[in-house]
Amino acid sequence: MRQRSTFLFSVLCFGFAFFYIPIISMIVYSFNKSRLATVWGGFSVEWYFKLFKNAQIINAATLSLEIAVISATFATILGTMAGMALARFSRFRGRTFFSGLVSAPLIMPEVITGVSLLLLFVFMERYFGWPAKRGFTTVTIAHTTFALSYVAVIIQSRLLSMDVSLEEAAMDLGSKPWQVLFDVTLPIIAPAMIAGWLLAFTISLDDVVITNFTTGPGATTLPILIWGKVKLGVTPDINALATIIVLVVSIGVGLAGYLMYRSEKKRERDIQMALAANK
Amino acid sequence: MAGVAPQNSGPLPQELELPGGKTGFRNWLDRNAWRDIIIAVPYIWLILFFVAPFIIIIAMSLAQSVIAQPPFRFDETWPYVTFENFERLFSDYVYLRGYLTSLRNALIATALCLLLGYPMALGIARAKGVWRNILLLLVILPFWTSFLLRVYAWMGMMGSNSWFNRGLTSLINVFLPAASEINSVPMMNSNFAVILVVVYSYLPFMILPLFANLEKLDFTLNEAAMDLGSKPMTVFRDVTLPLSIPGIVAGCLLVFIPATGELVIPSLVGNAGDPMIGRVINDEFSLNRHWPMASAIAVALLMLLVVPIMLYNRMQERAAEGAK
Amino acid sequence: MGIENTGKAWETPKTEPFIRIENVTKKFSDFIAVNNVSLDIYKGELFALLGGSGCGKTTLLRMLSGFESPTEGRVWIDGQDMTSVPPYERPVNMMFQSYALFPHMTVEQNVGYGLKHEKLTKAQRQDRVKQMLDLVQLSQFAGRKPHQLSGGQRQRVALARALAKQPKVLLLDEPLGALDKKLREHTQFEIMNIQEKTGITFVVVTHDQEEAMTLSTRIAVMDRGIIRQTGTPTEIYEFPKTKFVADFIGSINQFAGTVKSVTKDKAVVACADWAGEITVDRDASVAVGQNVSVAVRPEKISISKKAPAKTLNAIEGKVIDLGYFGKDSLYRVKLPSSALVRVNRVNDQRGRETERVAQWEDKVWLAFEPSAAILLKD
Repeated sequence: MRQRSTFLFSVLCFGFAFFYIPIISMIVYSFNKSRLATVWGGFSVEWYFKLFKNAQIINAATLSLEIAVISATFATILGTMAGMALARFSRFRGRTFFSGLVSAPLIMPEVITGVSLLLLFVFMERYFGWPAKRGFTTVTIAHTTFALSYVAVIIQSRLLSMDVSLEEAAMDLGSKPWQVLFDVTLPIIAPAMIAGWLLAFTISLDDVVITNFTTGPGATTLPILIWGKVKLGVTPDINALATIIVLVVSIGVGLAGYLMYRSEKKRERDIQMALAANK
Repeated sequence: MAGVAPQNSGPLPQELELPGGKTGFRNWLDRNAWRDIIIAVPYIWLILFFVAPFIIIIAMSLAQSVIAQPPFRFDETWPYVTFENFERLFSDYVYLRGYLTSLRNALIATALCLLLGYPMALGIARAKGVWRNILLLLVILPFWTSFLLRVYAWMGMMGSNSWFNRGLTSLINVFLPAASEINSVPMMNSNFAVILVVVYSYLPFMILPLFANLEKLDFTLNEAAMDLGSKPMTVFRDVTLPLSIPGIVAGCLLVFIPATGELVIPSLVGNAGDPMIGRVINDEFSLNRHWPMASAIAVALLMLLVVPIMLYNRMQERAAEGAK
Repeated sequence: MGIENTGKAWETPKTEPFIRIENVTKKFSDFIAVNNVSLDIYKGELFALLGGSGCGKTTLLRMLSGFESPTEGRVWIDGQDMTSVPPYERPVNMMFQSYALFPHMTVEQNVGYGLKHEKLTKAQRQDRVKQMLDLVQLSQFAGRKPHQLSGGQRQRVALARALAKQPKVLLLDEPLGALDKKLREHTQFEIMNIQEKTGITFVVVTHDQEEAMTLSTRIAVMDRGIIRQTGTPTEIYEFPKTKFVADFIGSINQFAGTVKSVTKDKAVVACADWAGEITVDRDASVAVGQNVSVAVRPEKISISKKAPAKTLNAIEGKVIDLGYFGKDSLYRVKLPSSALVRVNRVNDQRGRETERVAQWEDKVWLAFEPSAAILLKD
């Protein structure tokens, strides 16, 4: 396999260079003194300071975080239910349709989802008077709807790999179905729910297109703000903002990865010890 | 709860089919309440916020555009609807070209993603221990960072004054005669830029399903093939490649479908004179306020993508079945 | 309490069965998993449901635990109709094949889980848990999580958890399936001891005939949704009623033939394979001219190079295969009719290869007693 390894190795190197060079370039230029984003004019951190004084950006970031937390929470609740329905109930009326509904938002072009949700909200406002205007509520509903699918897929695959007799055992020991749910199923799938929540949170925080259609005046999320600025071209303050976002996410993902790795290692050690002690 | 009433369950062992007996609310609460609620709540949510919007968008595509608030109208008399939006879709070259540009860009980008993503996924799947996790994390990391910012990062790279563009320009000039030397590479605002950034943004969607597939392959199969006298390239062609087809299909669909309807990338780096269909929908909707036309374009796009979307859903279903 | 019930309750006509399965059928769409099964199990029994995969034994067990409901028929436990009682209201507990220990709970919490739903004080509950952990000798592991235990320890936690609620019936689904061979024997006796101590009725599902034979008071052999025979291990092994049971339990040589003559206690069967007549102890209901099979267990056939003194049921053949298992050897002997006979012989003398009773290609004499053979009707 040696000869091919060199080929794979070079493609990997190229691929990761492709992934990371633009990001590194962006980070470097965020420390650029020059107002012209692409011409180097010496080292400076002034754009970062300007960023923190920019109330518009701070407000947009706060709004984005609020929407992300709320929609991720709703998406986790609904997505967990949907994942359970798909993994545990093999037959109910309209199951195939339901399964299609759950997975379709994952690949549905966002423009279609965005336009159709906007039309729904216009329709609802006109005929039900709720939500009264587009903004926080409509964006949160939209984000919940498509993030729910991601959570459902995670929960479904977690449940499918979980031993069903765990739930049966709890019932056998006298727990009613809802007690089984809270005593056994939820604690066991909790890590998957957390992963789902984080994914839903990130997706909400990141969304441009659907937010663009479903938001209204006065509810500018961070991506919408950046979107508006970026349309006009590359600027050093966006570089700085991007750098902060990239760093926060990287640290978060890296930390999560490390913690998972460590708990996995600890588990393996425990199993080894249990086996060794018994021999 | 009529829509979700449980039917008699089948031979699947994971189905908990509780014996019937007492009836009434108390009994329902004890036995089937959780089941009914768990199915009904997300079902109703999705019908309200996923199915209903589609019905509305289909209705809207059959409406007439008017300059008013709201900017559409249905006929007062039978048949109430009009097909003029769809007629325009086929008669006005702007729309047809939008679809064709979208399909072309998405196809090229998908192919490039596969060409680059497959060896990367294979390399990661074959990596040892900790390295595999680290490499995988490096693929996922850009995927977790902002999509918009990834597009933005390339805008910074492609601009005519950027170090990347200038470097590329000097490199190209080495091969060009002095008379025809260029000042910069015209990368921005072109379909080339769109394809490049689509590949960049969607590459993780290609690598991850491929990795998941390749990782599961039993390497002893390769060893068996080699033991039976095949050279590495032949082993790849005869064993690895055929077994990874589900991963290839999943990855291609995950790139192709969203890429066809992409809006952000063509808006930021694309050619305004030859826009992708997502941008056409957006412009029709937001700039022209022609809601019925935008809806018709979106409905037609969905029709175009319905086969790959069904295919993807089927694959998801089958993967779930397999996991049981 | 268990002692007075370990008598042969099933032979005493007046004893009420503790578990009564009455004409139970279970269909999954078109597939009939359990086909009109009726079965009585008595108090204090250690009853085994034995059969291959897909024979319906697990479905039957799941109908006892309440995870499946019969399509037809009724299930009674201790005089109560359980047919439509959900699992969480049945006085029945189950030890799952995978053990199904809750991974997020300690051993103690696992064992105590079922007691949450009983009206016990905290002290009583702790007491019961301790008692159970003592019973399975796991007291020092009370604080561990399941993944910190070995396979055998997990199995014992599962047993303790199922016993903690003091069920009327304990169901065990392949209780030894996941254990390695050495641990099996030990665990087998442990299960038997615990059953004896607690007096609880045990119903075991297994595909392993040795496990069923050593563990249980009685066995029901199942095949394609039907119970083929119910009986004590000895009955099942020595007196199988059908070809299927004879073949399924242990290994057996079968020779097809026709009854030639019948005396008071013997029957003579002409067998082409045996190239002659076989005399067997007579079954009550055979008649001259009937087609039957003569079945003989491999260990009940003697093998020697010298012709036996009695010529009854003796025949000469040639050793074509020889398997040496240490404690015993298996010979495959080809008869003149070219039929193959399997013969088992305990290696009760220590010796080299050359000192064996017979070698490859040796001519040998086979013989068996009329009482060793079983007459099976077609």
